[in-house]
Amino acid sequence: MNFRSILILIFAVMLFGCSSTEEKKEVAVEDQGISGTDVQAQGTGEDTGSGINALDDPNSPLSVRIIYFEYDSSDIRPQYRTTVEAHAAYLAANPNVIVTLEGHADERGSREYNLALGERRALSVKNQMTLLGASTGQIRTVSYGEERPAAAGSDESSWSQNRRVEILY
Amino acid sequence: MHSTIRHINQWILSILLFLSPIAYGADLEIIIDKGIENALPIAIVPFGWSQAAGLPPIDISAIILNDLARSGRFAPMEEQDLPQRPNDFAQVNFKDWQKLGMENLVIGQLGQTATGDYVVNFRLLDVYKGKQIVGFSIPSGKVRLRRTAHEIADIIYEKLIGVRGAFATRIAYITVIKNRDGTKKYTLQIADADGFNPQILLQSPEPLLSPAWSPDGKKIAYVSFESKNSTVYVQDVITGKREKIASNPGINSAPAWSPDGSRLAMTLSKDGNAEIYVMNLSSKSLQRVTSNAAIDTEPAWSHNGNMLAFTSDRGGGPQIYEVSASGGEPKRLTFEGPYNARPRYSPDDTKLAVIHGENSVYRIAVVDRKSGQLNILTESRLDESPSFSPNGHMIIYTTTGFRGTELAATSTDGSVHQRLALEGGEVREPAWGPFMNQ
Repeated sequence: MNFRSILILIFAVMLFGCSSTEEKKEVAVEDQGISGTDVQAQGTGEDTGSGINALDDPNSPLSVRIIYFEYDSSDIRPQYRTTVEAHAAYLAANPNVIVTLEGHADERGSREYNLALGERRALSVKNQMTLLGASTGQIRTVSYGEERPAAAGSDESSWSQNRRVEILY
Repeated sequence: MHSTIRHINQWILSILLFLSPIAYGADLEIIIDKGIENALPIAIVPFGWSQAAGLPPIDISAIILNDLARSGRFAPMEEQDLPQRPNDFAQVNFKDWQKLGMENLVIGQLGQTATGDYVVNFRLLDVYKGKQIVGFSIPSGKVRLRRTAHEIADIIYEKLIGVRGAFATRIAYITVIKNRDGTKKYTLQIADADGFNPQILLQSPEPLLSPAWSPDGKKIAYVSFESKNSTVYVQDVITGKREKIASNPGINSAPAWSPDGSRLAMTLSKDGNAEIYVMNLSSKSLQRVTSNAAIDTEPAWSHNGNMLAFTSDRGGGPQIYEVSASGGEPKRLTFEGPYNARPRYSPDDTKLAVIHGENSVYRIAVVDRKSGQLNILTESRLDESPSFSPNGHMIIYTTTGFRGTELAATSTDGSVHQRLALEGGEVREPAWGPFMNQ
């Protein structure tokens, strides 16, 4: 459960999957029409008429704005890799865009430890995004611990919805 | 007996509501779930009142009775069973009480002086010896009458149990109420230890947590999310003035006062991840105490000022560690179970109250610092935030019931148990205040 070794593991996995990731990146950019006309679209997210802003496209992996976690864990599970890659790529391509990662935890156990756990989850996503090309200056993190639950119940179904990082532009 | 206590609580509430229409918010109702088997029998006779006409401003004997019953160590006699109602020593017929096996008798009078102030006389009597154990005449302004009643209960507790009573104390806690539009209102409140006289110190649309009393009871530190990130504040209880103590990027939380009130330990993550720091409150200088990639949080200061206990998951999952307050190599204290967090020292520093998690159940446990032995005190499933009474006999904590979080209290050996319910909202994060000195 050493945080550092998990980070190394993620990095190693990234290295192996590197080429396919880059291909996906380039395809996504071309599809949205964001290339030479970037200047207008950057930082404001306004519709420049040259196509939908990537952030508003419901079919883009960028439309996924919540990453869920397992109990007492800040490991990013494989099913969220595409999401993180997409957001990292978007940030890398739009250096003026700032994103906030909001970390949360479920209600069990101590409130203050959960505040730190929420932060560790947000930092985990931030770390992976910067490894993939986003710059640290673009990513803010904040933790609400268990204070802002998405689901109010006291069962695993609610708890699993609360263990999350929200990606907020 | 339990229903009588609740009945008396409601009766008192209705009397108070009749006499003083000011209500600061819902009062906490205390429900006793469990008392010790060999509780001391005691009879508390309704106090005499010097004015022939009109009700007394307050029912002193009822407050004393509720305090002693709440401790779980006393079994007060039912009012209808009282064989007589003496108000002073001369009126007591000791044989009547001996016949009922009632060894301890409390009698007294409430009088009003010419200036409009009050005097409370009370005597604690040993029924078998036919003698007074202790008695006092206490002058009191009207506002102070409830506290005087609690002080009398403290004296009786100390004489019969041998440890100073903690009835004339206050608790701080957080309430959460859902507004009609689905948003929430958070308050930081303080109240008497029996839940009466709640006062709102702070109200916010954003979360509040971790209230912590200064050792002199004059200030409360807490964490507020009003600026959309955790921030530590210190607020003066009487004036309401507050000072922002820590608002760095990242986490600013878990404030804990040094026993001399000059320093605040806290959790800051400004240097990369959650670590323990100690701030000198006058110079605002920061000393870093932990240095580890793991989460280090929830510092608690030992009452002798030498040690800090804290939660760390450097060993894999959260466990309790202890380190010298001046820094050094932390030593692990808990080895039972996969999850131990949120330590608080008992007043004599021999024990730590913790949240103990095992098999998805989170309970309050007490760990002996020397032997490491861990005793689980509660039987519920989602407990947190334990806080010792200043005499070390009770632990108040948060439990999760049908209506959400509520406060509960247990004796440190688990034999006594009670719940404190707030109508219309959730209550949590209790902090038991210090003894109040004159």
